[in-house]
Amino acid sequence: MKIIIVGCGSVGRTLAEKLNSDGNDVTVIDTSAEKVRTITGRCDVMGVVGNGATFTTQREAGIDTADLLIAVTDSDELNLLCCTVAKKEGYCKTIARVKNPEYSEDSAYLKEQLGLAMVINPEYAAAEEIARVLRFPTAVKIEPFAKGKVELIKFKLSKDCHIVGMSVKDVAMKYRSDILVCTIEREEEAYIANGDSTFAEKDIVSIIATPKNANEFFKKINYKGSAVKNAFVVGGGGITHYLCGILERSGISLKIVEKDLATCEELSSQWLKSNVIHGDAIDRELLLEEGIDKAGAFVALADLDEENILLSVFAKSAGCNKMITKINRIDYDHVLNQLDLDTVICPKNITADTIVSYVRGMKNTMGSNVETLYNIIQDKVEAAEFTVKEKSPIAGKPLAELKFKKDVLIASITRGDKVIVPRGHDIIEAGDAVVIVSKQRGLHDVTDVLR
Amino acid sequence: MNFQVIKRTLGWLLIFEAIFFLVPMLTALVYGELEGIDFLLSALICLSAGFLLTRGKTKNNAVYAKEGFVIVALSWIVMSLFGALPFWFSGVVPSYVDALFETVSGFTTTGASILYGNEIEGMPKCLLMWRSFTHWVGGMGVLVFILAFLPLSGGQNINIMRAESPGPEVSKLVPKIRQTAGILYLIYAVMTVLMFVMLVFDMPVFDALTTAFATAGTGGFAIKGDSFASYSTYSQIVVTVFMILFSVNFASYYLVLRGRFKESLTEEVRAFFIIVIAAISLITLNLCLTDSAAYEYTTGEAIKHSAFSVASVMSTTGFATANFDIWPVFSKTVLVILMFVGACAGSTGGGMKVSRMLIWGKGVTNDMKRMLHPKQVKKITMDKRVVGHEVVRGANTYLVAYFMIYIASMLLIALDCQDLVTNFTSVATTINNVGPGLGAVGPNGNFAGFTALSKLVYIFDMLAGRLEVFPMLLLFAPNTWKK
Repeated sequence: MKIIIVGCGSVGRTLAEKLNSDGNDVTVIDTSAEKVRTITGRCDVMGVVGNGATFTTQREAGIDTADLLIAVTDSDELNLLCCTVAKKEGYCKTIARVKNPEYSEDSAYLKEQLGLAMVINPEYAAAEEIARVLRFPTAVKIEPFAKGKVELIKFKLSKDCHIVGMSVKDVAMKYRSDILVCTIEREEEAYIANGDSTFAEKDIVSIIATPKNANEFFKKINYKGSAVKNAFVVGGGGITHYLCGILERSGISLKIVEKDLATCEELSSQWLKSNVIHGDAIDRELLLEEGIDKAGAFVALADLDEENILLSVFAKSAGCNKMITKINRIDYDHVLNQLDLDTVICPKNITADTIVSYVRGMKNTMGSNVETLYNIIQDKVEAAEFTVKEKSPIAGKPLAELKFKKDVLIASITRGDKVIVPRGHDIIEAGDAVVIVSKQRGLHDVTDVLR
Repeated sequence: MNFQVIKRTLGWLLIFEAIFFLVPMLTALVYGELEGIDFLLSALICLSAGFLLTRGKTKNNAVYAKEGFVIVALSWIVMSLFGALPFWFSGVVPSYVDALFETVSGFTTTGASILYGNEIEGMPKCLLMWRSFTHWVGGMGVLVFILAFLPLSGGQNINIMRAESPGPEVSKLVPKIRQTAGILYLIYAVMTVLMFVMLVFDMPVFDALTTAFATAGTGGFAIKGDSFASYSTYSQIVVTVFMILFSVNFASYYLVLRGRFKESLTEEVRAFFIIVIAAISLITLNLCLTDSAAYEYTTGEAIKHSAFSVASVMSTTGFATANFDIWPVFSKTVLVILMFVGACAGSTGGGMKVSRMLIWGKGVTNDMKRMLHPKQVKKITMDKRVVGHEVVRGANTYLVAYFMIYIASMLLIALDCQDLVTNFTSVATTINNVGPGLGAVGPNGNFAGFTALSKLVYIFDMLAGRLEVFPMLLLFAPNTWKK
């Protein structure tokens, strides 16, 4: 697919790298020759120097044959203009990043009137992600699956868990829970679970289950984790603003520490339920006074990455169980993993991931029948959702009798309203939507997983 | 320095070279020549070395700028070292240094030879084919060829392409480097076939094929002792036109194919044609107006010979229809200047490149204006686009390094006690990848009379000229190899 990316900031760069390694023809546009040179030296993309909103520059980048234009410059207005020009000139779909809350409230209008395929607000996306984690704090990551009926929950095993040392088969026999163990991550390696896989302390395990079944399972295995009741938030920026809105009716109360008085006043007047405190979060006494040790979760959303990391480490030492840390620089995420910060949220990464999965979905609808694509473990394991066609070789036989390739797992079967977490005796029928987890990237059809 | 990836690329290069040897092997088969066995032997040596080098997994595929330069410089050296084997094995060129000179001259599309006219005509056809075919392989760049076929290391391959392709600024035609390389080779191949078809009416198939290869790469190895003088006027005109066509930036052809005619006539291409026409007119006038006993041309012949020589020298091909060494000094001087100017960037030709000339010319004018108005702000532009400071600086550094090599080479060659004209033009013709010079190395002469040391200097100059100086210089710079 031919993709043009306007703006070579960190999101633009991440997008260029990922979309290029997916095999797309990527052209990047930026006004800074320096930035364009850096990016074209690192990955196999073409660079055009110029203003991406001008017709000349877009034409030079090949807008006439492009399938998609992604505008991720720093300016919302420029992004929207880029998309408008592209829409007038080419036949491509357009995606714009829009940061300003005032515009993003209009996102439905913008989408329709400007013909945008997607309007992405990095801060709102980050707030959504944080809200999901707060509802299920012990999980490392939660993703809705199969149109939201089941969830993919990633969590880290502590040594009090009963299942440490057991194999997947034994766990299924002993607890008889309706869950499916999907992947196990151990020391940077990812494994697709099968019956003989064993659990060890510090493994990051992902399971697929309905929220109810998952809760039951966690109780049985002595894994502590229910929704937090209150969260301690540092910083009153855009993400906090959205977070208040999302959590308004969830029963999770927020305590927000912000140093700017005007922002404090604005927040407290708009979100009546939240508890806004005016003060500098770097002040240790203040945090202790406000009860950081008793908070269900600690969310660091200050502007500076260093401050967020420091505060999260402090919160952990003070006795808080769940930390969420916002990081802007995405280059060093593998180092951050070693700091044991639980959940790290990177708005730019979320933006890039969302766009990449949209592009994959778009590409897949062009040649294959993948409906949705999920990135379960960064660049290692993917899950793809397919609809099974009439006469498909995978349909009509018990799963146990089918010969699958190595490292492939049928994660869920959706039939009408019902979601089945598959077992060996289950049979896939035509018309079912199945989610397949695999280490093999670029699955095109459900039959690709058969040997 | 990532040695693994360098080793692996060199391995692939040798495997590809073994495949290239199939062309002369096939020729030997057609003409029933025993020398085919020498090619078979060389190919086997290349293959086994290639397989040894490509064995094992590379953990790190990163090709940064320094690996790019080293890969390119080493590839060209290794390719020449192995490419010289058939000449040496067959005994046609008894000295290995001579064989290496001939091969480097082939790959760098120079066309300078250590063989006498009668030796060339007595050569087995398969060796003649290999000589011409090296031009075709070297013209567009062998690593670009490999990039078109092999997914070597992903995005950073641009560093290899930048180091191998001529011109001050290398950019892609389409987003993917493999496709860019593929498009370039496709245009190259189609033009070569077109030329072959136009020639084959007028000369034997073998002659047409070797001429097409040598012209496409702007090389200049001819298969006859008198270069191109004995062919018909029609063939000479075809070759003139194609020499000019192959020295135009290939990106322009891509733009023409995309229907963007206006954009394809870049400032550089326009300047190139202006220089060609001006030089042809000046030399024609000079030839017609000067009374000389050495030659007797009608006006038509004068135009033909001057056009052929100008196209041959400026495209840095080096074919000859007339011995321009006997022409008036003014004509000879124009030709020597053209050697330095060279072809367009992004073509198969050598020399300093027209685009650099434009950058320097504009730089000088700008700086003169700035002397009059010290606060004036003025940027160098090409095709209404600002030429970045980096590019201008790169071109200036290139000029300095180029002349440093030039001077050092002249000093070393001077040990051979040739006259100054021979000395000066022999270095000019090798470093600009032209082929013939003046004096002892004129169109009727050759490089046989030099000592082995001088030949090694020329070999270095040819490689430095083709790779635009820096890859070769960096290869010998201690900093490149420091950990």
